[in-house]
Amino acid sequence: MSDQLRSFFGCGLDDERTFDLDDYGDVVPRWCSGCGDHGVLNSVKRLMRDEQLLPERTVFVSGIGCSSRFPHYLNTYGFHGIHGRALPVATGIKLSRPDLHVFVVMGDGDCCSIGAGHWLHATRYNIDMTVLMLDNAIYGLTKNQTSPTTPMGYATNTQPKGSFLPALNPITTTLGVTNVSFVAQTADWVPAHLLATIRAAYRHSGFSFVRILQRCPKFTAPLFAEQARTPDLHEMLIHPNGVTVPGLDKIYKRSLEHDPADIDRARALSEESERVRLGVFYRNESQPRYDDIRHLPTHTAAQNIERLNVELDRYAV
Amino acid sequence: MSSSSPVSAVGSEPTECRESVPKDVIHTNEHVLEIVSDSGEGAQKCGQIFAAVSAKMSYGVWTVEIIPAEIEPPARTPASASGNLIRFGRDRITNWGDEVKLVVAFNEQVLLSQHRLDALADDCIVLIESKWSTHSDEEICQQWKAAMEEIGESGYRIIPVPMEEECLRRVDDPRRGKNMFALGLLAQIYGLDLEKIREQIRAQFAKKAPEVSKSNCDLLELGVEWAEGNLDFRIEIPRIEVDEPRVVMNGNQAAALGAVASGMEFCAMYPITPATSVSHYLCEMFENYGGKVHQSEDEIAAAGVAIGASYAGKVALTVTSGPGLALKTEFIGLAIMTEIPLVVLDVQRGGPSTGLPTKVEQSDLLAALFGQPGDAPRVVMAPATIEECFHAMITARRIAKMFRCVVIVLSDANLGTGQQQFRRPALDERWHAAPPNHRAVGSDERPYDWDPETGLSQRIVPGQPGGMHTITGLNHDQDSQVDYGPEANQLGCNMRSRKLALLHETMSPPPIHGDDSGRLLVVGWGSTKGAIEEAVDRARADGHPVSSTHITFLSPLQPGLRDIFERFDHVMTVEINYSDDLDAPHITPENRRLGQLAFLLRAQTLVDVDCWTRVPGQPLRPGQIHDAIHTKLSSISEMETTPA
Ligand SMILES: Cc1ncc(C[n+]2csc(CCOP(=O)(O)OP(=O)(O)O)c2C)c(N)n1
Ligand code: SF4
Ligand SMILES: [Mg+2]
Repeated sequence: MSDQLRSFFGCGLDDERTFDLDDYGDVVPRWCSGCGDHGVLNSVKRLMRDEQLLPERTVFVSGIGCSSRFPHYLNTYGFHGIHGRALPVATGIKLSRPDLHVFVVMGDGDCCSIGAGHWLHATRYNIDMTVLMLDNAIYGLTKNQTSPTTPMGYATNTQPKGSFLPALNPITTTLGVTNVSFVAQTADWVPAHLLATIRAAYRHSGFSFVRILQRCPKFTAPLFAEQARTPDLHEMLIHPNGVTVPGLDKIYKRSLEHDPADIDRARALSEESERVRLGVFYRNESQPRYDDIRHLPTHTAAQNIERLNVELDRYAV
Repeated sequence: MSSSSPVSAVGSEPTECRESVPKDVIHTNEHVLEIVSDSGEGAQKCGQIFAAVSAKMSYGVWTVEIIPAEIEPPARTPASASGNLIRFGRDRITNWGDEVKLVVAFNEQVLLSQHRLDALADDCIVLIESKWSTHSDEEICQQWKAAMEEIGESGYRIIPVPMEEECLRRVDDPRRGKNMFALGLLAQIYGLDLEKIREQIRAQFAKKAPEVSKSNCDLLELGVEWAEGNLDFRIEIPRIEVDEPRVVMNGNQAAALGAVASGMEFCAMYPITPATSVSHYLCEMFENYGGKVHQSEDEIAAAGVAIGASYAGKVALTVTSGPGLALKTEFIGLAIMTEIPLVVLDVQRGGPSTGLPTKVEQSDLLAALFGQPGDAPRVVMAPATIEECFHAMITARRIAKMFRCVVIVLSDANLGTGQQQFRRPALDERWHAAPPNHRAVGSDERPYDWDPETGLSQRIVPGQPGGMHTITGLNHDQDSQVDYGPEANQLGCNMRSRKLALLHETMSPPPIHGDDSGRLLVVGWGSTKGAIEEAVDRARADGHPVSSTHITFLSPLQPGLRDIFERFDHVMTVEINYSDDLDAPHITPENRRLGQLAFLLRAQTLVDVDCWTRVPGQPLRPGQIHDAIHTKLSSISEMETTPA
């Protein structure tokens, strides 16, 4: 936020307040125990504490789903809206209030199914916001239906003989959108990497899309159990411009040097591989930002009336 | 004119003679004329300038656009007809009237389209491009002949005009600019102020090279000269100078200007006919006022973006038409549940589904009132004139803000595209919302601090220190905490509904046109007001005790209706939406589907309200309504005289 905006909104630069973790929310979340959403919430609070975000300047927007309960557990402004439509709401908020930090939390059904159209267009608008897609590969809240990211063959209540089609790959999809500016993948079971990734996303100027692989012990336990236990099933994308977590390489030994400026390689790496790749696939801060382009000076009522009278002259009889 | 051939001899020969022909003067207080061409030939522009200039000359004006459904329909077909109907006269004009008295047609096929609509008076004067009758293409000559035969039965006075041939004297491509020649004809016939026309032309082409407006003015002149030298009549309509400042525009322009005047700063939309021109206009000028128009990926997103902007402190607008309103349904429910102010402008067209995209209907009333699942109280209002399109936006913004609610404004294609003049609004700073206040929120303040009496509460918006909370579409308590309990749900519903009752208290009953009591009361809403009142005036002139009233607020419904209805023996709505006619096959009083306002009024007042509705994709005509009133009156008399 610029100094000018700060003073415009009556919030002094001499703000002496400091915030610790509890200031960002101390409610006990109602997710199942072992649900990956808990870990994401903790990391998000840490990020806010580290960055000392003003709670009143921060808005979390979500859709509907287990994951979309997120804003309720934070002491910021929150908008828990309707299924699949978090991105348009966030767009409206950021366009009219550039001074706010906007975060979006969606589920895989929310983002990749019912809200898929908005996902594509929000990526292209490249409005400055941090977007967390909590991908448990299932519809959690409505109890175990196939989502676009459910792996082929995995049985659910709606496709009991196993999911019919290959899963949609959200990373590849996002990387395919014109004007994409930040795409990363992380997992709830690697907290240090999760925090580092959402920090990179938050600091990125533009639309930063983070797919967070999220355990749902209730409905997709078998999909993630082995993965979460076995560091060797991961491959870390590392680069000075991506995320690097000191010490993590002692556990997660497999890594790949990837410059996030390289979109072709990012796309290639996002395709299926033996191992799950975590890290920043793509980052480019030079892409045009719709919220920048559409930023406008404000007017007073008196100024507007004066102009409007001139406009009315065009119609005068 | 002989009745065997509709083609009048006058002016059939192109002539070099620029001498004035002596003129019969037709004196009348008003006239209805039409300019029709193939789509793209500029009849609309000609009509718009004509209307603007006649308004500037203190005439009362009402225009209706004739719009083909496709961008470039095949030329020289009835489907290609494009243009403008203009009714103008000495007094205030409130609707498009009954019959067209004079037509300028650029070919016989577009004339046929208007003829087939039964829109032309029996003695209609028709000025038609003559080149088709002697065209080198035999097929075209045949088409001309067939068309003349088809309309031969009518008593039109057909005057062939060598439009292109004349235009060729000044320009190389007469297809462009022929409309200005036609404008010249009309200017001469009706005695319009030529300097005012030139001003309009110059304004139209201000962005183009000066030669463009020059050559258009030349063609105008040619038209005037031709009429002067060849026509044996002119039409004289008296004028009453008005001394109040006035403006002339269409309802979509008025709504866009109203949105600016109301201080709204954000509009999110997705293009849809016939609402697009509101968006186009806002796109063109909103930024000059610090406003933003966001074209979303679809109407769902448009509603969401508007709600996001409103949530963050503004009152935002979304503009749409029927199919778009359907898509916004879920988001409107969310705005109602979370009490985020939102203004939705629905410029209604014919439905269901894609229906009649360019044509008028009043079929979205019940969808606007009840379109959301669950109990979703909202305000629905309907402007009845172009002037009201302007002021409705200001009222809507204020109500939305004050009552933290959704306001749906129902305009329609007739208002949206029709032009009328009205008193120039005296802009007022108080119409604007106060700029957002980012004061700290006290620890005792709550996001839904409902006053139990009124349901009103103060909005806390992001940026206010100490006010952090999460709003949710789930049922919630005063602290915006999710609460599924029976009491909390009842309370939430009570509070959201109570606000409407409060708003209702501030309203007055609709005024009555005619006597306060009588035999029949006609009730309307929206764009039909002018036609209904004109029909009622005629019925009263016939000696019938008929009155009318027009409802602006449909939700909450304006007060006093039952009292008003009880002062009349019978009540009947007139609407442009579907209802079963009682004499249609299988229709009984029990299964009859009613007009949408009738349905509403019966439910709210327990009065036996009848309806007369039509869905012609056109505005209703005063004559049609007058007939319907007569039919209703005779059926009442019949019922009364038939022993039970
Ligand atoms: C319009 C609409 N359709 C369907 C639903 C029902 N619904 C609620 S959440 C959900 C899917 C949730 O899955 P996801 O987005 O992956 O979130 P998760 O619960 O897994 O975190 C569905 C289908 C709804 N609330 N609204
Ligand atoms: S159902 Fe799955 S996603 Fe939802 S709270 Fe439980 S574990 Fe988490
Ligand atoms: Mg899910």
